[in-house]
Amino acid sequence: MEKENKTEKGLSESRKLTCICCPVGCELTVSQKEGGTVTVTGNRCPRGAAYGEKEVTNPTRIVTSTVRAAGGRSQMVPVKTASEIPKEKIMECIRELSGVTITLPIKTGDVVLENVAGTGVNIVATRSIE
Amino acid sequence: MIRRTEELVIIGGGPAGLAAALGAWQKGCRRVLLLERDRDLGGILNQCIHNGFGLHTFKEELTGPEYAERYVQMVKQEGIPCLLQTIVTDIALLADGRKRVTAMNRSQGLLEIITDGVILAMGCRERPRGALNIPGYRPAGIYSAGTAQYYVNIEGRLPGREVVILGSGDIGLIMARRMVLEGAKVHCVAELRSKSGGLKRNIVQCLEDFGIPLYLNTTVCNIHGKNRVEGVTLTRVDEKGNPVPGTQWEVSCDTLLLSCGLIPENELSEKLSLKMDVKTGGPVVSQDLECSVAGVFACGNVLHVHELVDQVSKEAARAGASAAEYVKQAYLRK
Repeated sequence: MEKENKTEKGLSESRKLTCICCPVGCELTVSQKEGGTVTVTGNRCPRGAAYGEKEVTNPTRIVTSTVRAAGGRSQMVPVKTASEIPKEKIMECIRELSGVTITLPIKTGDVVLENVAGTGVNIVATRSIE
Repeated sequence: MIRRTEELVIIGGGPAGLAAALGAWQKGCRRVLLLERDRDLGGILNQCIHNGFGLHTFKEELTGPEYAERYVQMVKQEGIPCLLQTIVTDIALLADGRKRVTAMNRSQGLLEIITDGVILAMGCRERPRGALNIPGYRPAGIYSAGTAQYYVNIEGRLPGREVVILGSGDIGLIMARRMVLEGAKVHCVAELRSKSGGLKRNIVQCLEDFGIPLYLNTTVCNIHGKNRVEGVTLTRVDEKGNPVPGTQWEVSCDTLLLSCGLIPENELSEKLSLKMDVKTGGPVVSQDLECSVAGVFACGNVLHVHELVDQVSKEAARAGASAAEYVKQAYLRK
């Protein structure tokens, strides 16, 4: 993530980012005017524009991890946040998950933990295990 | 020994084998048998708990287990026969053009399957330390990135706390983030070449997000420690990959993860003396994905290492359709 300061009038800051929405990895240039308007260039699709804007205003990520399981034939169950959560909440999310043990069986999409790290987002299982 | 006859045997129940089985089934091939050595279908996807799979196939972003489960569900819905915990030990070409697949499992013992068609879908393996020529003892604490991934994601064990990763393949990058989330300190990722072998998105979300440095043109030239890894010596390398004198530095760590490339797993293909491609490490195939022995098809990472599972599924479905056509022609000849 490089920062580059532009002297052009009205452009306070411009950042170069790599889009993470898909494997193409577009090189984005995101500029933010003093009023707050964000412009994104370098994206090949609308998701890139949305990512670029979000990344400079409120960066978010899907978090994937595992939780311990009891009562079945598997020790671990893979899980994810049902939607993106703020990037700065990742470690808090992981800490909360470390205290969770679920009882098998479980189905993909079952809620494992509600409102993780106060984000309003649920943690769901990503594998059905008997 | 149990003897049975099939029209099509698929070796491997990962993403390639599952999509190949469905591809053949959809073309009307019904005497299909899929053989998988693990206790579950889905292959390596089951330990790839991160997201990013299925954007092409399902138009949404799934984790590995979710992607696998969708294919497993389809295979189960169709009622395609699968044998789990069954390992194939040999394939032979018979005089009449059919193939003999030898396999074994705990409940049935030795199996001999005579079949018209075979689809190879065994996937690939990681390049091990032995292939990298790094000096030093053989202490505990050196793992391929995929092995570490299995320990963490399937068994719930942390292989180490102070980690250096050699090679910037996608599994290495994914494991850098995974180890940090599980409480380890990842000191750096060293890459011999001038460019990462992984996807750009993984450099951003697995390294940059967590402040893990990526050193390009850098390799591990010594591993310290006799019983357990105690550290590694890193060195810069020139454009030929040779260490540059005076650029070495030591990093103390208890674990070295290797993410230095994947190799198609073709021990079984060699039993059929298939013509191999030296560049891909997989068999030479026609446009219908048929190998140099008629009726033997290959798809997925056993053919060549793919960047995305979506590509594997697409290719494997094509191999399945081709194999179904071969089986049909073999029937008409009889």
